[in-house]
Amino acid sequence: MKRRTFMKGSLAGSVLAVAAGSGLLKPTDVLAAGWPKGAFDAQSEADMLSSLYGSSSASASGKIRIKAPIQAENGRVVPVKVQASLANVESIAVAVAKNPRPLATSVNLSGGATGYYSTRIKMGKTSKVTAYVKAGGKLHTASKTVKVTVGGCGG
Amino acid sequence: MARLTKIKTRKRGDTTEILALVNHPMETGRRKNKKTKQKVPAHYIQKMTFELNGKVVAEASLGPAVSKNPLTAVTVKGAKTGDKVKVSWTDNKGESGGATGAV
Repeated sequence: MKRRTFMKGSLAGSVLAVAAGSGLLKPTDVLAAGWPKGAFDAQSEADMLSSLYGSSSASASGKIRIKAPIQAENGRVVPVKVQASLANVESIAVAVAKNPRPLATSVNLSGGATGYYSTRIKMGKTSKVTAYVKAGGKLHTASKTVKVTVGGCGG
Repeated sequence: MARLTKIKTRKRGDTTEILALVNHPMETGRRKNKKTKQKVPAHYIQKMTFELNGKVVAEASLGPAVSKNPLTAVTVKGAKTGDKVKVSWTDNKGESGGATGAV
C-alpha cells in the first residue's frame, strides 16, 4: 500500500513527502502555484491526505464544527460550512467518503484569514463528510454524516 | 466567454466574510448526454484566489465535486470598510475570471 501511494504520488508527491518529513517546508508551499492533481485523483481518503498534506494521520478534534444538512434533498448542491476554532489554521479540506474521488475542495489560508470555509458540494449518495484542518503543523479532523435522497453525481 | 462572478462581503464584528459566486457549469466528466450517450467533458474551476488589499488571504483548490455555480466563502479578520477585495479563478480549460469589490 505504501509503495502504491508512493508511486502514485509521482515527483511532486515525493518531493512533498520529503519536504514535509524533513520539516523544512510546509507541503502547501511546494504546491502553492499548482493545483494538487494527485490529491484530487486519489481514490481513498488516506491517499488523498498523504498527497495533499504529506501525512495521512489526523486526530479527531472537537474544535471543528461542520455545518451541513442531516438530510440533503438534492445531492448536487449540499452546502457545507467548516468552522475551526483552532489557532493558526493553514488549510482546510473537505472530503466525501463515498464519492468516486473523495476530495471535494481544499483551501489554503494565509494572512488575515480565519479558520472558516464555506462551499457547496456534490454527493453521490449518503456518506460521511469529513473536514480536515491543518493547524500549527498538525492535522485535525471532524466528520458528519449527510443523508442524500437523490444522487448528485453522474445522474 | 465571460462568466459572471459576483462577490459580496458581510461584516460581523471583527470578522468579514467574503462570498464569491461564479456562474460556471462545473462538469465532472462523468455525466452523459442522454441523447448522444457521449460523456460530457469535464469542465470545472480548479483554483480560486481571494485577495484583500492586494494580499492573498485564501487560495482554494476546487475539484469536480463542487456544485455548479459554486458559492464559496472565507472569512478574514480586521478588514475595514472600503478595503479592496479581489476574487479570481481559473478552470481546467484555461478559462479565468474574477471580480473586485470593496468591503
